[in-house]
Amino acid sequence: MVGLAVALLVALFAPFASTKPDGLERVAEDKGFSEKAGEPPYKLIADYAFPWVDNEDAATILSGIVGVGIVAGVTFTLALGLQRLGSRSLAAEKRRDAGPRSSP
Amino acid sequence: MAYINPVSLPAIEPPAMHIPDGFVSAPVAAIGYVVAGVALAIAVRQTNRNLQEKLVPLMGVMAAFIFAAQMMNFPVAGGTSGHMLGAALATMLLGPWAAMIVMACVVGVQALVFQDGGLAALGTNVFNMGVVAVLVSYVVYWPVAAFGNGRRLLHYGAGFAAAWVSVQVAALCASFELAVSGTSPLQVALPAMMGVHAVIGIGEGLITVAAVAFITATRRDLLHLPVRKELPLETS
Repeated sequence: MVGLAVALLVALFAPFASTKPDGLERVAEDKGFSEKAGEPPYKLIADYAFPWVDNEDAATILSGIVGVGIVAGVTFTLALGLQRLGSRSLAAEKRRDAGPRSSP
Repeated sequence: MAYINPVSLPAIEPPAMHIPDGFVSAPVAAIGYVVAGVALAIAVRQTNRNLQEKLVPLMGVMAAFIFAAQMMNFPVAGGTSGHMLGAALATMLLGPWAAMIVMACVVGVQALVFQDGGLAALGTNVFNMGVVAVLVSYVVYWPVAAFGNGRRLLHYGAGFAAAWVSVQVAALCASFELAVSGTSPLQVALPAMMGVHAVIGIGEGLITVAAVAFITATRRDLLHLPVRKELPLETS
């Protein structure tokens, strides 16, 4: 699908993204509460840097591609499940409403 | 990797973008989870009944696009960057409930796989960016688009407004959460957050409108609320 291709393209350009702190981080630094941020309990692909890859840009691009894949997969599966469950329960409702005589 | 900020602050890592653990207190985090959970349950129920088959792949693609777009930080004034939120765009294509689910998936994966946003703070982040941003987008977008009779310029304008307002309100909620958690007093956090996100919101608005315009030109059927097939200059 074109959309996925676009998403992948964007992920490829990710390393060129600005590395300056973003909105919340900037406010946290300026107003002096950035130290309160805790360390995460585990690190998988922290900071969007794919582990075991030395080149930084490659690490970011790789994490972007992997991330796009994971997010797309998770969302698609979830949505498909919801849609299937929904249509099944709707069909069951219709059969119930139609009454005991109307069996196919 | 760290880069030294020219204003001599301690070295900064590449930006993690959502509320980290430690910025919100336990009660705030818990409430965030509860409210987000309730909202998502409603969203699941709503989409359960109404999800058209064609929306399923669209949800996957939207999630992927929003995830990638959130990685693209663009500079805004004064040594700060912003990134797209995407709630407004998701709402305009999927409607509020499916959009909520998409945003929750994105924010969830970001927290769980990329440690972008804390785990305790996940409920709060989903609430701000997935629930509030989506609902606010819908409230701004729906009346204008629905009663605008499908006029394209109104549609785009509604999209820009929805995008900008959604970013502002999400930042507003985050400011309140920081304040209630004791991380930063409201009179400090609120103007700072609202100010920087007012600028970021413009970026969000522009990207949202550009995306909507592209989709209107290519796949008008994907829009959640119909847009007339007309040239942008016609207003009758």
